Amino acid sequence: MNIHEYQAKRLLDDYGVPVPKGYAAQTSREIETAIAHLGESQKIVVKAQIHAGGRGKGSFTDGYQGGVKLVEGREAALESANRMLDNTLVTKQTGPAGRKVQTVYFTEACEIQHEYYLALVLDRETAQTVIIASTEGGMDIEEVAESSPEKIIRVPISTTMGLRHHHCRRVAFELGFSGDQVKQFARLLTGLYNLYWENNAMLVEINPLITTDRGDLMALDAKMTFDGNAIFQHPKIQQLRDLNEEDPKEIEASKHNLSYIALDGNIACLVNGAGLAMATMDIIKSFGGEPANFLDVGGGANEDQVTAAFKIILSDPKVEGILVNIFGGIMKCDVIARGIVAAARNVDIQVPLVIRLEGTNVEAGKAILKESGIACTPADSLAHAAEIITTQVNAKA
Amino acid sequence: MSILVNKDTRVVVQGITGKTGTFHTKQCLEYGTKIVAGVTPGKGGQVWEDSVPVCNTMAEAVREHGANVSVIYVPPAFAGDSILEAIEAEIPLVICITEGVPVRDMAEIRRRLYFKNTRTRLIGPNCPGIITPGECKIGIMPGYIHKPGRVGVVSRSGTLTYEAVWQLTQRGHGQSTCIGIGGDPINGTSQTDAIRMFNEDPDTDAIIMIGEIGGSAEEEACEYIKEHVKKPVAGFIAGASAPKGRTMGHAGAIVSASGAGTAEAKFAAMEDAGVAIARNPSEIADALLTVYKG
Repeated sequence: MNIHEYQAKRLLDDYGVPVPKGYAAQTSREIETAIAHLGESQKIVVKAQIHAGGRGKGSFTDGYQGGVKLVEGREAALESANRMLDNTLVTKQTGPAGRKVQTVYFTEACEIQHEYYLALVLDRETAQTVIIASTEGGMDIEEVAESSPEKIIRVPISTTMGLRHHHCRRVAFELGFSGDQVKQFARLLTGLYNLYWENNAMLVEINPLITTDRGDLMALDAKMTFDGNAIFQHPKIQQLRDLNEEDPKEIEASKHNLSYIALDGNIACLVNGAGLAMATMDIIKSFGGEPANFLDVGGGANEDQVTAAFKIILSDPKVEGILVNIFGGIMKCDVIARGIVAAARNVDIQVPLVIRLEGTNVEAGKAILKESGIACTPADSLAHAAEIITTQVNAKA
Repeated sequence: MSILVNKDTRVVVQGITGKTGTFHTKQCLEYGTKIVAGVTPGKGGQVWEDSVPVCNTMAEAVREHGANVSVIYVPPAFAGDSILEAIEAEIPLVICITEGVPVRDMAEIRRRLYFKNTRTRLIGPNCPGIITPGECKIGIMPGYIHKPGRVGVVSRSGTLTYEAVWQLTQRGHGQSTCIGIGGDPINGTSQTDAIRMFNEDPDTDAIIMIGEIGGSAEEEACEYIKEHVKKPVAGFIAGASAPKGRTMGHAGAIVSASGAGTAEAKFAAMEDAGVAIARNPSEIADALLTVYKG
């Protein structure tokens, strides 16, 4: 689960990590209140809050440029914020559709001496947390890793021992800090680690971490991802979930315990099992089709879930054909077939439907589909099914 | 003719009285698996379905009933603790079926498995389990698609494994053992671990490895295969068409923004290691049969 920058900064503040003073606003009224908190003549940063990077270089669909603006004084901040609010921001990470800005964040601007990068991330290969730091902050860290890997500092933290002072010292010295900065950095990293560990974060990233003109450390931007499987332990973090940032079809799917991810193609798939669902997308592509979604109905899919799955699939106007691929194991094919028939009667399916069933009670399942009279093409193998649906859809195009 | 489990395996079910535990325990008993005990804290002394004694603790299940493999159907919030309880009871093999275990719990468990005095191997979590056809089925896979034989199968995915196993069975090739290692980013047994065991098993003649995008488990396995494995190996990777930065159903199936863990990189590693590649999920058994005649 991802959260917004302003939420991440409040968490940082709670854990003693220095951040600039900031105020979030969701309505034009709140914008006025927020601006009243800011000094009259100072420089203000106005930041559109969406779950995507590249905001500064992004542009709004009405032509307004930049989702992060440095402006002089309240008047300019007010104007900029009102242009951003309820406008749609397109960045290199949002895709062409962009994201609607529903929160604007104001912070006091500060004088920057140098920009650094600092993150904590769980490394799956070693099952340890790794501190990643660099003197090359403020830019895309993956580009830094590519072009100058020697500038990336990586320090693993023992999962059983946790963060210790020597970790903090080592990273501080390698970043070139001295004197009081080393102490500030140790406090900052300790706070960041506690935030990360106590809340089951998968990633906490400060980019940039800056030194101000007075040499003090401060977090100017932050990104955090939390483990969805652990979120039940952290109701405060759960409240930070912003459903506006998620695809409504994906939200609907999660209500039915379906795993659905919208893609750009026109052939929808309905599959049981994540690996088989990915493999089904792959095979559609290998026959020259484009998958419209990833959809895993799980191992124990029932009639209600299959019906919900069809409804979600068909709410995507791009869909021009559906491939159902079920390997019936514990969930027998005849049960799945009844679910499909009921769903097909419940939901008006106007596009070609190809069904491939395999596994337990497959003959009974096929018989149920045939007797039901629903319009569908049966297929004997996965390859056969993919071939039929891509041919049917591409012929229509 | 198998690795890890056989007809003499004595299974304890952690979470036997729950709905999932009950359903799958019945299926495993029907298959012929020897289930000697269950564990549900607070229900010790009861007898599950008039057939299996229930214990309060894993220590008791091991001590009183001689259990040597545990299978876990405990809800995700408590599964991590159940795995640790099984490790402390020094049971040699734990299979965690549960999906949705917090990754921080798994990080702690993986480090615990590295302790010098650890006697336990963990398979999973978020996996279908392990089966030695005709002898012992532990987990949620449909038993009838399998057939005793000499091909070892290891996979990160459930139903995709069934697909490959079914292809083998239909072509007349049985399996020595099939292991689902699970789709989570941090798990107990890796592709390499399973392949090493199959390589050392005199009753396994050929190996199928089914991977997914994300991580580097398949690349590492290919290093091992290149160095040590003379038996024929075939492989498939799911997720070639998945976009970057989105997790595809399994928490571990994600291609990072920098492009690490792509299907192409994994197929290339397989090619380099001399693994017969199935580019298409319906050709996994056929890919093996190009290098293995049985």
